[in-house]
Amino acid sequence: MTDSSVPASRNSGAFTPRRKLGRKLAPWLFLAPGMIMFLVYVIIPIGQSMWISFFQWDGLSPKSWVGIENYIELLDDEAFYTSLKNNVIWLVLYMLAIPFGLFIALFLNQTVRGIRIYKSLFFFPFVISQVVVGLIFSWFYAPGFGLLFELTKIFGGEGIAVLANPHTVTYGIIVAGLWPQIAYCMILYLTGLNAVAPDQIEAARLDGAKGIKMLWYVVLPQLRPATFIAVVVTVIGALRSFDLVSIMTDGGPFGSSRVLSYYMYEQALSEYGYRMGYGAAIAVVLFAIMMIFISGFIWKMWRDERGL
Amino acid sequence: MFPKPVQSMSRTARLTYQVALPVMLVIWLLPLLGVAVTSLRPSSDLAQGNYFGMPSALAFSNYLDVFKNSPFASYMLNSFRVTIPTVIGAVALSCLTGYALAVYKFRSNLIIFFMFVAGNFVPFQILMVPVRDLTVNMGLYDSITGLALFHVAFQTGFCTLFMRNFIKALPKELIEVARVEGVGEWQIFWHIVLPLVRPAIAALSVLVFTFIWNDYFWATVLTTGADTQPITAGLQSLNGQWVAAWHLVSAGSILAALPPVAMFFLMQKHFIAGLTLGAVK
Repeated sequence: MTDSSVPASRNSGAFTPRRKLGRKLAPWLFLAPGMIMFLVYVIIPIGQSMWISFFQWDGLSPKSWVGIENYIELLDDEAFYTSLKNNVIWLVLYMLAIPFGLFIALFLNQTVRGIRIYKSLFFFPFVISQVVVGLIFSWFYAPGFGLLFELTKIFGGEGIAVLANPHTVTYGIIVAGLWPQIAYCMILYLTGLNAVAPDQIEAARLDGAKGIKMLWYVVLPQLRPATFIAVVVTVIGALRSFDLVSIMTDGGPFGSSRVLSYYMYEQALSEYGYRMGYGAAIAVVLFAIMMIFISGFIWKMWRDERGL
Repeated sequence: MFPKPVQSMSRTARLTYQVALPVMLVIWLLPLLGVAVTSLRPSSDLAQGNYFGMPSALAFSNYLDVFKNSPFASYMLNSFRVTIPTVIGAVALSCLTGYALAVYKFRSNLIIFFMFVAGNFVPFQILMVPVRDLTVNMGLYDSITGLALFHVAFQTGFCTLFMRNFIKALPKELIEVARVEGVGEWQIFWHIVLPLVRPAIAALSVLVFTFIWNDYFWATVLTTGADTQPITAGLQSLNGQWVAAWHLVSAGSILAALPPVAMFFLMQKHFIAGLTLGAVK
């Protein structure tokens, strides 16, 4: 298409019926390719998963209807409760990324020489893959030679093998997950701090506000949009945790570090035969938990959108 | 500015800050630095238990060994083969959807927009079984195309959110004047809007590149062998083979992290603009 076609159609009547129809149809033509892809790969599969959760299915032979049996089995499944409990621990502890991120952002919000490089380097852990983060921390925790193991040996006399102990393993993985998540929250707050109105800060300063008080009453209210995004990405990140569990422990030892996302994968594509129906049921539970949060986020965004 | 600029504080405070910066940074990146040093340690060091001392020599050969006797190069290549088409596909589709949702008023507009937003947040596991099944049925299981197609579709959700908000912030008059002049809808999109969304295209490209390069879950669900698996899944299986060969695991990790890191440093401004979308009102 060339520009020459533009003058040709000029003043040909922007309000002719043909144009009107074109304007009605246009959004759907623009939407079609993206929407079809998104429906086929994302929206419809959500419904399909719910449907599959009522079947027993190994992925190959025909499905057989079992009603809510998969869900009843879940109620008696020890591993399911372990995963659920770990998801709650993840969710609660992951929230620490927000204050820590804010703390580092405040620390770095200066204008000394080279500060930009520092900001980028602090952000580093978020850019690298969780697989690499998982491997780095596996090495960090490794018994016998890992840095943490050696340090605890020096200070406590006995080395602590974090990932080999069912009581500490989940916390060890969460610390690894917090590393990139803190970096993410930090960058959100750095951007937010950039936009904080300087005149309000100065005015508050003249009124004698400083330190924590200033942060709480003057700065944090202005950082609200950044905090909202930080909460959204942290909740989603906590419930999506899969990579680190898979890389660092495979859910072990004795299944003690499983989370729902990992347990679902394990059941659906288990080496002892695929249990797609049961896996789908676990996924539906995870989805339901996530929906509580997603609806909250959407509700807030919807209100903001209406307010515009 | 908050907190108070150190320049306006005492000399001691300034000096303390100057010292604290690098110290904090080293502590923050300690695990990464450890791996970087390990990747340059000769295997003999590890055998002798020299895990923390100075490496007895700098073994750059570890990086070559990673490529020898393992399909490492193939994994890396697969990552590019999945990532680049995904970036192009998702960004192209979302230019169209974002434009439609930002410019036209129609009844289901907001509902469709929030469908993209909400879909973008769902747990991957709720999609896993049907998407795997769909990919198998299309004959695309264990193929680069199958993996990239899913990524394009999923990333369109996030990209649409971004594009729509970006286009919505453009001056409306541009489009209205063109319409009064009788310019066609496609022409408006192609000649007026598209040149203006270039910054958004750049931001989305680096972000999607990083997301897809770092994807591990879908790589393990939709691909299986060294011919198709990207580096994330490849690194995990190599980790199983290189038991206790931490110098190789470390070198492999560093190599796998390089492309997104390079992307980040080259396009930092766009990357952060994309990531912090909505963090400022």
